[in-house]
Amino acid sequence: MKKEILNTILSSRIKKQPLAIITNIADGTQWAFAEGENENAHVFTASEIDTIKKSIKDNKSCLISDAKFFVNVFTPSLRLIIIGAVHIAQFLAPMASVAGFDVTVVDPRASFATPLRFPEISLLDEWPDEAITQLKPDTRTAIVTLTHDPKLDDPALIEALKTKAFYIASLGGTRTHGKRLERLKSEGFDEQQLQRINGPAGLDIGAISPSEIAISILAELTASLHGRLPYTREI
Amino acid sequence: MEEKFNALLNDDVLTTISNWTKSGHKAALATVIDTWGSSPRPVGSQLGINDKGELVGSVSGGCIEGAVAKQAFEVMELGSPRTLEFGVSNEDAWEVGLACGGSVRVFVERIES
Repeated sequence: MKKEILNTILSSRIKKQPLAIITNIADGTQWAFAEGENENAHVFTASEIDTIKKSIKDNKSCLISDAKFFVNVFTPSLRLIIIGAVHIAQFLAPMASVAGFDVTVVDPRASFATPLRFPEISLLDEWPDEAITQLKPDTRTAIVTLTHDPKLDDPALIEALKTKAFYIASLGGTRTHGKRLERLKSEGFDEQQLQRINGPAGLDIGAISPSEIAISILAELTASLHGRLPYTREI
Repeated sequence: MEEKFNALLNDDVLTTISNWTKSGHKAALATVIDTWGSSPRPVGSQLGINDKGELVGSVSGGCIEGAVAKQAFEVMELGSPRTLEFGVSNEDAWEVGLACGGSVRVFVERIES
């Protein structure tokens, strides 16, 4: 692998741009392919280019052209937006970060969202609805509210439901969640829309401590990512 | 993000091999290019190896990394890439293979400095 190819992969991550590296397995020659950039400058046929584009879209690396070329797809990190720089967030943020998520913790309360409590994590001291608008969640983004405070959680959920985030969850017991859904209904959301909110957040694994609750949320989020919600164990 | 990620868990293969070559080390990259049956790591998974024998990332659940690293040292020296295949291991022998019953093809290439 040439240094230029390696640097192209590393910089595509910073630019958050999907990229494919195509390798000729026989001799190791490589090309970088990003949609819209010099697509015709490559040596590939039109049908090979279509296959490469589909691999990028499906985020699926594969061999093509009778195993002559290997297409390795590099997509930007998954993202997690956490509303509420609370105690559970202090566990969920680093755990999700280790799991490969680009994590942002949102809390307008200055004494909560501090670098001391969240070393190495991106912090945003905006109101949750403004923060979500600003962060533009896409299909590879998860949003979790942890504050229990309707003043903070509700605006976040209202904005979250307008996005294509793959996972939306809200912490709070069944009764709290029921009241929350009633309030959101009066904001004009219907049953089907509200079903997108996983509440109470997390898989039922008997979690009690903040770290255990973080694990249960991360587990539910992962199940959602792989289309496994509602969760039942397949044997 | 890369730096933050590394601060928590140093398993970012490409950033790590880039740093290795910058500090004057030889390095190779192994990538899973095909799998059959049950295999622990999906296509696209990568393992970085340097001339000190340090590893980053993985191409299996730990069953074939040693054998891949051995080949990677040769690739680092000789330069031309190679494709390796690993199949089901024989439980009665100490041969390299995948205990899970799957097979993988791994492409190994040198990182040009």
